[in-house]
Amino acid sequence: MLVRSEILINISTFEMELSNNIATAIMNSMKNASDWMTFAYDAPFARAVVFGVPIGGHLFVEGLLLVVILFLLSQKSYKPPKRPLTNKEIDELCDEWVPESLIPSITKEMEKEAPILDSAAGPHTVIDGKEVVNFASANYLGLMGDDKLLESCTSALEKYGVGSCGPRGFYGTIDVHLDCEARIARFLGTPDSILYSYGLSTMFSAIPAFCKKGDVVIVDEGVHWGIQNGLYLSRSTIIYFKHNNMESLQTTLEKVTLDNKRAKKLRRYIVVESVYQNSGQIAPLDEIIRLKEKYRFRVLLDESNSFGVLGGSGRGLTEHYKVPIDKVDIITAAMGHALASEGGFCTGSNRVIDHQRLSSSGYVFSASLPPYLASAAITAIDVIEANPSLLTKLRDNIRTLFVKLSEIQGLKLASDVLSPIVFLVLKKSTGSMKSDLQLLEDVADRVLKEHSIFVVPSRRSTLDKCKLPVGIRLFVSAAHTESDLQKAYEALKSVTDSVFTGQN
Amino acid sequence: MITIPYLTALTTYFSYGLLFAFGQLRDFFRKFIDWWKASNLQGYAPICLGLEDFYIRRLYLRIQDCFGRPISSPPDAWFDVVERVSNDNNKTLQRTTKISRCLNLGSYNYLGFAAADEYCTPRVTETLKRYSASTCSTRVEGGTTALHIELENVVADFVGKPAAMVTGMGYVTNSAILPVLVRHGGLIISDSLNHNSIVNGARGSGATIRVFQHNTPSHLEKVLRENIADGQPRTHRPWKKIIVVIEGIYSMEGELCKLPEIVSICKKYKAYVYLDEAHSIGAVGKTGKGVCELLGVDTDDVDIMMGTFTKSFGSCGGYIAGSKELIQYLKYTCPAHLYATSISPPAAQQIISAIKVILGEDGSSRGAQKLAQIRENSNYFRSELQKMGFEVLGDNDSPVMPIMLYNPAKIPAFSRECLKRNVAVVTVAFPATPLLLARARICISAAHTREDMVKALEVISRVGDLVGIKYFPAEPKKTQLQEATKKLD
Repeated sequence: MLVRSEILINISTFEMELSNNIATAIMNSMKNASDWMTFAYDAPFARAVVFGVPIGGHLFVEGLLLVVILFLLSQKSYKPPKRPLTNKEIDELCDEWVPESLIPSITKEMEKEAPILDSAAGPHTVIDGKEVVNFASANYLGLMGDDKLLESCTSALEKYGVGSCGPRGFYGTIDVHLDCEARIARFLGTPDSILYSYGLSTMFSAIPAFCKKGDVVIVDEGVHWGIQNGLYLSRSTIIYFKHNNMESLQTTLEKVTLDNKRAKKLRRYIVVESVYQNSGQIAPLDEIIRLKEKYRFRVLLDESNSFGVLGGSGRGLTEHYKVPIDKVDIITAAMGHALASEGGFCTGSNRVIDHQRLSSSGYVFSASLPPYLASAAITAIDVIEANPSLLTKLRDNIRTLFVKLSEIQGLKLASDVLSPIVFLVLKKSTGSMKSDLQLLEDVADRVLKEHSIFVVPSRRSTLDKCKLPVGIRLFVSAAHTESDLQKAYEALKSVTDSVFTGQN
Repeated sequence: MITIPYLTALTTYFSYGLLFAFGQLRDFFRKFIDWWKASNLQGYAPICLGLEDFYIRRLYLRIQDCFGRPISSPPDAWFDVVERVSNDNNKTLQRTTKISRCLNLGSYNYLGFAAADEYCTPRVTETLKRYSASTCSTRVEGGTTALHIELENVVADFVGKPAAMVTGMGYVTNSAILPVLVRHGGLIISDSLNHNSIVNGARGSGATIRVFQHNTPSHLEKVLRENIADGQPRTHRPWKKIIVVIEGIYSMEGELCKLPEIVSICKKYKAYVYLDEAHSIGAVGKTGKGVCELLGVDTDDVDIMMGTFTKSFGSCGGYIAGSKELIQYLKYTCPAHLYATSISPPAAQQIISAIKVILGEDGSSRGAQKLAQIRENSNYFRSELQKMGFEVLGDNDSPVMPIMLYNPAKIPAFSRECLKRNVAVVTVAFPATPLLLARARICISAAHTREDMVKALEVISRVGDLVGIKYFPAEPKKTQLQEATKKLD
């Protein structure tokens, strides 16, 4: 027992000695290192004074570090090397590429041809040798074939020839153009107006002249292709509201005003048509003017189908709703409807019109309207001013037809009672626009063949974004007689009865 | 390519700089004066922002009387220009009742059909009585008459294609056809100096647009190769189709396009060719059938041919000619066919009669005479102008002749001085041409006689001396005399 405790004591003292030795060894080595470091610090050359600034030896290490950092920064980052295509590779790619054919293959509906007229497209016309009642021409006041118009056209043709041979800026301005512009401005009560040579190009040239990138435009979703194209070309922000729905317009205006509170230089527009070509509805102008003044927007109105139709003396939607015409900023219209001419015009304040004379592409870069059509338009306006009875006759005709056609099977009226376009849509759609169109075309064909009444379904282009339903359009004219309307009603009734039996 | 002498470029820049500085000064004062007067905008943003119409207000209004001159007679070889006066320093112009009879060097009247013609006008009047001035409906509704069908057949035969489609306005033809043919995912390669209607149509289509240097087939090839190899931007998918758009005669340069080379390049790379013959149909070629006939290109190689009737036929409207399937497809989808009023029947009859006269089917040789006359007139006029020392652009046989002016002050000077001497010319500046390259453009017609042209040359020479635009040395008159004596011998 005693021996074990002696051994333990010996081991512990040995351990203590060992640990003491290790500690002293570590202490010694550290002392050595610090001696070396102080030696390095205190070395005579490390204490040099260069230019009166004392330098310590640590600066060397820092200097070296700086050099290393600069070297690493100056190295370019690793990018995989660029290898442009060789000529041989480009040749192969060009040989391999196969383009689509220019047009898709022709389907059966593409081969359908329009019926060919053999006489003027007045209220009665001749198709395939048979005389038919014509409800497919927008000849609202029956001015086509009017003697006064023909006389003025003939004298213009003999004086000026047919074409004007130049754009408006380069000797294409004939005095009849200036007279026509002045006449339209006087008729409507606006300061000035500008003539375009084609109805479709009026809207799609006027819009890009005023709406530029960054502006906000609020549009009805039922506008026609000319307006849609003009908006697309203008690159503005476009927001659609529900067709002819004033609550939807108000909520959209609210939203836009809230979003853009700070933008003082932002131009804001509302674009509507007076009588929509795609549905026959009439826009409530007094509501729109009230909203416009509340939210500070400008209004562009397309009056193609209401000029010469609505209002007591034919001055359009503003007269119908008793709104002063200077509240609408820009009014455009095509003259190919009530005025029985061709081309289009735009009216507004002097500033608006003068701006278009240089920046509207359809005006500057295109030949001007043939002079005989301008003189036809002047005569047409004279006739309208002298005979307001034409307008009452047209209104009576529309009302008669409207009342009769409200009882047909399978089709319902989608247009307003005052609109000169009577629009019939299917009560129950078949599901796709194509089959709807097929059905309506069948109805229209049968009406033409069996009863000699010429009506047409509305067709849509593939570029058109409008989603409103297609239907059968009847353009009522003041030159239609009671018997014409009666025949139309009977024809449609009998065909729809046979086509839509069982449906209601 | 036009190369400007250095001195001229310097003086032109200086002139524009001076005009710009003065314009800014006036704007600054205008801001002051307007700040005092209350604005009547009431919270609406102004309809034209500051710098957008700077060019109009400060530069264009000064020379406004050189543009838009009204006439009161048909735009024939001699016409009546209505004089205008201004009471407020050219801001507004009013018509007076005075007219001056001037020689017409500005209207597009290449074959002389502008005024009442002995063959065409009686037929046009008869059509007016039968079909009235307008059809008031679109082609797919009640607007297709027998006359329209006849017109399309006649045009297709004249141009040399199986079928054609006619619309009521040339500008709308381009703007409505290009979006139907190419959509997003296709590529349109167009010449850098193409007309505004093509640019609008290309923008409206949603396809990617690339431009190649004016009339340079080698650059076109380079652009085609790069783009086919790269594919669509960002996704690098292969293109759906590629259409190359060129014009027959460029209206601001008077040059013919290099059609044979361009067609062969497009065939090699399988791109479609779209040729816009607005100025060349009826005016060039042995029988007036356009650049294809003049340059010897087969019409089957050009996929889509487009043109207008305003220039050589004295009417209005545009056409597209191509294969039967193409025309059928376009009639089904093109908005200009489905939504726009059809072409006015008297205008259609004018086109048919004009084509009959050109082809000689009316029983006389007036058509051939007209074609020979315009060719002779253009070549004579161009060579005389070049002899006098003017810088004239354009190729031989082309009836469009631009004379370079360069300096902005020379534009109104040339125009007004010529008008004083009863010659009406057209001057073009920015933005229709590049800023430095303002020019006066002369359009020769078959209705101009030799005396008319001699008078015009005299007046232009005198005004050119006055204004200082004879940039090249004139051929001395002695050599002309020597040549004349040699001929006598």
